[in-house]
Amino acid sequence: MSDFDATRRHFLQATAATGGAFVSGQVMPVAAATSQSRMEEAGKIPQYEVRLRVNGSDHHLMIDPRITLLDALRERLHLTGPKKGCDQGQCGACTVIVDGRRVTSCLTLAVMHEGHEVTTIEGLGTPRNLHPMQAAFVKHDGYQCGFCTPGQICSAVAMLEEVKAGIPSHVTADLTRAAELTDAEMRERMSGNICRCGAYSNIQEAITEVAGGRR
Amino acid sequence: MKSFTYERAASASEAAAAAVRIEGAKFVAGGTNLLDLMKLQIETPGHLIDVNRLGLDRVEATSEGGLRIGALVRNTDLAADPRVRRDYGVLSRALLAGASPQLRNQATTAGNLLQRTRCPYFYDTNMPCNKRKPGSGCSAMGGFTRHHAIVGTSEACIATHPSDMAVAMRALDASVETVRGNGSKRVIPIADFHRLPGNTPHIENALERGELITAVTLPKPLGGRHLYRKVRDRASYAFALVSVAAIVQPDGSGRIALGGVAHKPWRVEVAERDLPQGAKAVAAGLLAGARTTEHNAFKVPLVERTIAAVLAEARA
Repeated sequence: MSDFDATRRHFLQATAATGGAFVSGQVMPVAAATSQSRMEEAGKIPQYEVRLRVNGSDHHLMIDPRITLLDALRERLHLTGPKKGCDQGQCGACTVIVDGRRVTSCLTLAVMHEGHEVTTIEGLGTPRNLHPMQAAFVKHDGYQCGFCTPGQICSAVAMLEEVKAGIPSHVTADLTRAAELTDAEMRERMSGNICRCGAYSNIQEAITEVAGGRR
Repeated sequence: MKSFTYERAASASEAAAAAVRIEGAKFVAGGTNLLDLMKLQIETPGHLIDVNRLGLDRVEATSEGGLRIGALVRNTDLAADPRVRRDYGVLSRALLAGASPQLRNQATTAGNLLQRTRCPYFYDTNMPCNKRKPGSGCSAMGGFTRHHAIVGTSEACIATHPSDMAVAMRALDASVETVRGNGSKRVIPIADFHRLPGNTPHIENALERGELITAVTLPKPLGGRHLYRKVRDRASYAFALVSVAAIVQPDGSGRIALGGVAHKPWRVEVAERDLPQGAKAVAAGLLAGARTTEHNAFKVPLVERTIAAVLAEARA
């Protein structure tokens, strides 16, 4: 636990309010990892081996299958960028990118992600080398308390990729044509991320700038 | 969350066999509804069979000119499929009206059909609920029922089915393909897949123990205007108070299915004959025998007006 506390302090010192980088230490490699996850009796709680590839590094973990991806990232890999807001998929604060897709990490089990590529806010940019979306959030003040910010930024980065891939939304008027990134499209596509401080208009300006820069 | 054991299934038939063999086993795919319910101990499986690596994640043309949608096709991918957008727009629209982008990236086609109700009394383990604990009573009766069903209800349960996707699939006359624990396969018409609550609201669909959905098939395209109108408390990311899936042909005939009003996607084929007569006639047929409460009586006029809005859009 003290290790975790130290990690939190380090994280808070090292990052701006945008939720910049904290490079995790290599955590608890499990010896003799096999390709097949196997149940091992540790007391009565089953444990499984899982290899998570997070922000470019492989981590071999022995975990209780109840551990969500969010809890594995925060409690085991000490990546505290993804936040536990509602823990039921409604707030979006835990949003991370798995194999290129944004997901709520609270509603998926870590053991289901063997071999998947997970990107958290810590993997997008660093305090000295911000991702363009992080820089735009700073410039446009796209936050107040900052709690939802890592999820907002991961979501926004993946959202722009979804638009590029031609994925329609609820407000796309013509399903047979590629959607344009209008304000209405952006609001709808970011509706899975709640900001209780209400920084939405600044978040939208930040995303607009990044989207414009890519045109 | 209760402790459970976990395995990754290697094939659909092995997954189904394991689910029959192991007491308390459940399949997990997207997990967006199941894990939520497991955290609250509404679902307490002793064993999870992860079916995510079964390869059932493709949308393919059928020899009948329709589409076969793999059980694991994510909601995002199904909504974005060019054939679905072109020929089954009502399905694309319904999917995009549901949940959030993050959830649609995880949620699967089969899992969406198997969603459980969001009745607040089902979710509150301190309250009686015939669906959660058969025979314990229905707390919604006499409770807060603004979101509850108005047709097909019983004394035991007035919960609604929460899916948008399933409403469109009902309008499209989709079929659910499965494999059973003994390896046999069958096809269940979507009309027979979801059940009304009756005296057994805990039995929500036609699946047998261990039976695994492998695909959902759509018949060949119907043409016409495809519309999905969802009325909810927010502009986005909320369950329907009322939703209307419609396929309207140039001559004014067509199909209508409703969400948010029943324990299953609600369609009354004979009521569709009245489509050329307008929303009032169709709504009357769809909602014949409706039983409302003080809180949800508004759904009756809301259904009629939502159908009217959809028909106006179809003519525009």
